[in-house]
Amino acid sequence: MEPTNTETPNPDTALEASKTVEHGTKRVKTGLAEMLKGGVIMDVVTAEQAEIAEQAGAVAVMALERVPADIRKHGGVARMADPNKVEEIMEAVSIPVMAKARIGHFVEAQVLASLGVDYIDESEVLSPADMQHHIDKWAFTTPFVCGARNLGEALRRVGEGAAMIRTKGEPGTGNVVEAVTHMRQMTADIARVSTMTDDLLMATARDLGAPIDLLRDIAETGKLPVVNFAAGGIATPADAALMMQLGCDGVFVGSGIFKSGDPAVRARAIVEATTFHQDPQIIAKVSSNLGEPMVGIDIDEIPESQRMQERGW
Amino acid sequence: MTSSVRRVGVLALQGDFREHLSVLNELGAHTVEVRVPHDLESVDALIVPGGESTTIGRLATLYGMIEPLRKHIKHGMPTLGTCAGMIFLASRVTDGDQPLIGALEASVERNAFGRQNESFEVDIPVKGLGDPVRAVFIRAPLIEEVGDGVEVLARHRGRPVFVRQANVMATSFHPELTEDRRIHQMLLDSLEAG
Repeated sequence: MEPTNTETPNPDTALEASKTVEHGTKRVKTGLAEMLKGGVIMDVVTAEQAEIAEQAGAVAVMALERVPADIRKHGGVARMADPNKVEEIMEAVSIPVMAKARIGHFVEAQVLASLGVDYIDESEVLSPADMQHHIDKWAFTTPFVCGARNLGEALRRVGEGAAMIRTKGEPGTGNVVEAVTHMRQMTADIARVSTMTDDLLMATARDLGAPIDLLRDIAETGKLPVVNFAAGGIATPADAALMMQLGCDGVFVGSGIFKSGDPAVRARAIVEATTFHQDPQIIAKVSSNLGEPMVGIDIDEIPESQRMQERGW
Repeated sequence: MTSSVRRVGVLALQGDFREHLSVLNELGAHTVEVRVPHDLESVDALIVPGGESTTIGRLATLYGMIEPLRKHIKHGMPTLGTCAGMIFLASRVTDGDQPLIGALEASVERNAFGRQNESFEVDIPVKGLGDPVRAVFIRAPLIEEVGDGVEVLARHRGRPVFVRQANVMATSFHPELTEDRRIHQMLLDSLEAG
């Protein structure tokens, strides 16, 4: 084999010194999310966990100080992870690394962007830093993912520059019910809007709190303009497959993996169930002998003021 | 080929396979989602999509896809790999150890431009295509070295980003993320020619 960078430039392709290089375009930002589709993004708190996730077939990892179940347990203010920890995780794996910033905390986002994380999650799992505003995500080259419970919320986030959406669910519970509710709501909202005539759209935009231009696009295309993952309470291979069959593009698993009895085995099983979500025999096979799942919490046991999904505006 | 219906398979283990399927459908091809060896039996051409090459490689190994893919591609199945697909088709990656098909005699550097902040789009001329192609590079790989039979169809900063070796084509970038259908058409044309 010969080294390619010493070849004589081909005359047909010698025009390559183009002035059109653009970074951080909408297509480049949403494009990475497109590549994650059909995959599982796993919460990790150490470089060692990140390696386990990568070996299990995760498409990306979310670098955190504590998983949502522990944030819920410990209480207090939850913030961006220690930059040193994020960097350790970035060095440990070759797959994309995401990290969370508090809602509205654009300086935490600036810090994460400067570390070079591949995606920033402006996340309700952390304590909000602004009770009115989310981060202006257009101002960043680094793409953002945000949580949403319905179409209006999703389109407000896209309007602010989010390049990927995920359901909020109820993080740290191991209970998939809220993620299902949010996904079904999103699907129902989109179905309703896509059958609307133009004269109904402005009133609907007002009711949903959605930017009218984005709503018009939904009416025309019948789908969200960005990738939509499931998140918040997914703990088993069957949970992941359920969310995929409900129309999600992929899944985030937070506490569900590293709070379970055998994280490596469970991580692999969830990856396989996500790819083969339409094959109950494979889901049955990978769901066998997984060891203890994380302990689940009933949503009614969580006072409304402590529900993370209520954060965000 | 006895049947006049040509089917193009898209490896659908993980990644943006739906984008490829929709481009192919738009071009009038019959499509098949390929996940297990049996799915390969009914296809005449194949696309390996963008995604995470480590995830795709792991699932392909687990579900017994590596040898059947090698066999079909070796027997001349027209194949296009984009980004992760290029990595998966290559014979070697410069760092790390991951399952590869080895149908393209090339050594590939993963994430060659850096992390997501270094991802970009650019116009590049492609040999034989006329107007430049808008090429979207996302944490893209680059080809480090190519074997004798590998033809370079496009370069960026002097390095090959679109190559062809017999029935195998591979791009560092994502033709499926733009409206330009010419690269997918090249795959369909090679199917007609074959």
